[in-house]
Amino acid sequence: MPNSDEIKRRIEASIPESSAEVEDLTGGGDHFRATVISDAFAGLARIEQHRMVYDVFGAEVGGPIHALSIKTQTRTS
Amino acid sequence: MTESSKAQLREQIEQAIRDNSVILFMKGTPEAPSCGFSARTVGALQSLGAPFAAVDILPHPAIRQELSAISNWPTIPQLFVDGELIGGADIVTEMFESGELATVLGVEQAEGEAAPEPEVPAAGAAPMGIENRLG
Repeated sequence: MPNSDEIKRRIEASIPESSAEVEDLTGGGDHFRATVISDAFAGLARIEQHRMVYDVFGAEVGGPIHALSIKTQTRTS
Repeated sequence: MTESSKAQLREQIEQAIRDNSVILFMKGTPEAPSCGFSARTVGALQSLGAPFAAVDILPHPAIRQELSAISNWPTIPQLFVDGELIGGADIVTEMFESGELATVLGVEQAEGEAAPEPEVPAAGAAPMGIENRLG
């Protein structure tokens, strides 16, 4: 089971110049909220921004990571 | 599931997305959502009083896989408007709160109005038939 730190690390490693805050919403390691800030999101529709975050985890979404709530922003917003 | 029944299911899903200007793929029904994310999403639509079609993906797990292949989005719920994926619970909620969802759906959103009690959507009957046609 991933934990908040690992999720944060993986997002920050995959999304250029990003900083991520990850909360484990249930304490059970299966429902997280990630707030990701990166200028890599600039100009992209929310859908595209969220897809970039989902893509970090690929097939794990819906499995080991049961639920991932996402909030994305650019640094300049 | 055979390749041809997968292809058939995919076509049915794509048809439903084409035929309904607002369609929500969710867990459970608008009257009885089965998960919090689906509940939140359908609640936003109901608050706006916008007509929409709803497909309960729970009875047929294969729908989820084919839908995700079509939309390139891994989770449920998924809201499509005019054939385009708008997003899941997070995006729909954000857009609802900012007023963007009302704009996209072409409905009015009263300022500071409390969300009305969830009601059964009037027009745009749910294409539940999609489940019944599965082989």
